[in-house]
Amino acid sequence: MKRYDSVLGSLRRADRLTADVYDFVVECPQLAALAVPGQFAQLYVPGHTLRRPISICGIDRQAGTLRFVFQVRGQGTADLARLQAGDQLELLAPLGNGFPLDKGKRTLLVGGGIGVPPLLGLAAELGENAVAALGFRNRDAVILEQDFQAAGAKVLIATDDGSYGHHGLVTQLAEGEEFQQVCACGPLPMLKAVKALAEQRGVPCYVSLEERMACGIGACLGCAVALRGEDGAEYFGHVCKDGPVFDSRRVVW
Amino acid sequence: MADLRVTVAGVEFQNPLIAASGTFGFGREYNEFYPLSVLGGISCKGITIKERPGNPPPRVTEAPGGMLNAVGLQNPGVDHFIQHDLPWLSKQGTKIIANVAGNAPEDYCATVEKLNDTCVDMIELNISCPNVKQGGVQFGTTTEGVYGITSQVRKHCKKPLMVKLSPNVTDIAEMAVAAESAGADAISMINTLTGMRIDIRTRRPIIKNNTGGFSGPALLPIALRMVWQASQKVKIPIVGLGGISTWQDAVEMLLAGATALQIGTVLFTDPYAPIKIAEGLAQFMDENGIQSLSELTGGVKPW
Repeated sequence: MKRYDSVLGSLRRADRLTADVYDFVVECPQLAALAVPGQFAQLYVPGHTLRRPISICGIDRQAGTLRFVFQVRGQGTADLARLQAGDQLELLAPLGNGFPLDKGKRTLLVGGGIGVPPLLGLAAELGENAVAALGFRNRDAVILEQDFQAAGAKVLIATDDGSYGHHGLVTQLAEGEEFQQVCACGPLPMLKAVKALAEQRGVPCYVSLEERMACGIGACLGCAVALRGEDGAEYFGHVCKDGPVFDSRRVVW
Repeated sequence: MADLRVTVAGVEFQNPLIAASGTFGFGREYNEFYPLSVLGGISCKGITIKERPGNPPPRVTEAPGGMLNAVGLQNPGVDHFIQHDLPWLSKQGTKIIANVAGNAPEDYCATVEKLNDTCVDMIELNISCPNVKQGGVQFGTTTEGVYGITSQVRKHCKKPLMVKLSPNVTDIAEMAVAAESAGADAISMINTLTGMRIDIRTRRPIIKNNTGGFSGPALLPIALRMVWQASQKVKIPIVGLGGISTWQDAVEMLLAGATALQIGTVLFTDPYAPIKIAEGLAQFMDENGIQSLSELTGGVKPW
C-alpha cells in the first residue's frame, strides 16, 4: 500500500471562516484512510508550478474526507480560495509525520492564528484529555472554537487586543493548566515560549513547523530546517519528511 | 505501443524521460507513486566527494512560470551514495546517471574515480550549479573552464561522460563545443537560469542565498533555443531539459535537437507527469507513423 499519493479529490464544502481564512472539505477516501493528525497535504492550484502545503485539520475516515483550514497568504492560496464546492481538487497526501500521540495523557495544545487548524485532529483523538489554548489577533480572527469544544477539549482563547477571551498571550493561559505533554503550532515567538513552558514543567513538547516547500516528499530538499542530532551536531533536516512535527529539543531555535 | 527507446553515448534508455538531477533525490520518494522503471533513467541528486550540508532556508520559492531554488548541493557524499543508495537504485530497472559536483578539479576527479567501479551507467558533470560559491559554475561559464574541467575529468572517467551546461553564458554553443572537444560523450542542457525574488515588506530576497536557480515551464523557449543553437555546432548527443511539462514540450525539445530529455520541476506540479508525457509521446508516434524518436531529433525546419 502506498504511504501517500496524488489523487483528484472532490471539494464537498468550501466555506469562508473569516476575512482571509477558508475551510475546505475534500472527498478523497483513499487518502483519508491513511492520514493521521499533524500530517499535511500538497494542494495543486491551477496555474501554479508549486503545490501549496496545507496542514490537515480534520480526518473523517467514514465520510472519506479530509478537512483543510487555510489562510490566504499570497497568490497561490488566493487562487486556491477561489475554488467552489463541487470543484475537483488535485491533492498529494498524507505527507510528513503526525504528532506522536499518547491518548492517555493530559495534553496541552497551543495554537496561534493559522497554527490552530493542525491541532484540531489531535483534539478529536484526545477528547477530554485535551486542553486547547488558542491565540488570535482579535475577535474577528477567532476560528474553530466550537470545533475544539465539540471534540471534548477544554478551550481557552486569548486575543492580542483583548476583544475576545484573555487579553494577552496563549502561554499565559496555559500556565494555569496541568498537562503531561504539549503539542504546538504557530508563530516562532509563541513556539519558543511554549517550549520554555514545557521545559519548566519537564514534559515533552512537539512543535509543527512550516517552511517554503517544493516536492513535499523529501526528494528536492527545499524545505530545510536546522536540527540538532543525538550527538548535538547541527544539520539541515526537512520539514516535509522529517516533520512537520518535531520534538522541540531537536530544533535549533 | 510505440518504441520509445533512445541511445545516448552508447547507453540505451527504455524511453527518453530522465528525471533531472536535484528534483528526484535518489528515487525512493517517487517510487511510492510508480515503479521507477517507467522512467528511461534517473539523474541523481548532485553528489560531491564529501557530505555537504546545503544552504540555510528558505531554499525555494515560486516565481511566475516556475520556481527558484538554492538548495546548495546538500548531499551525503559519494561514499554514502555508493553504499546506501546505489545498491537499491540499481535494482529498479532504470538507467542511473550520477551527477557529480565539486569545489575543485581534484574533487570531481576523485568522485568520478570512486564511481568508475560501480554500476552507474553514466556520469553527468555538474559545472552549472548556480547556488554554491564554489560548486561548479565557475567552471561552466567560460570556454576555458568547460574545456579544462571536462578534459581533466575525462582522464579519470571510465563511464560515458555527459556535461551539464549552464545557460548563464553569452554563447552556449561555444560551451557545447568546448565540452565536445575536451572529450565529453554527451551534453545535457540547460541547468537553471539565475534569478531572484524580493519580499516587498521586508525588502529581503525571499531565497536566503539571495539568488537562486530559476526552473519551470517559463524556461522552455530559452532551453529550446539553446539546444537548437548547440545542436548545430556539436556532433555528440544532447539531452534536452528546461521547462518540459507536457508531451508536446517533449516533442519540441526533440525537434530542437535533443536525443533524450530530462524532466524536473514539473514533478513538483504533478508527480505523475513522466507517465503522462511518455503516453503522449507514444500516441504521437503511433499517429504519425514514427518508428523511432531519433527521427524527431533535430527535425525542426527553420525558416
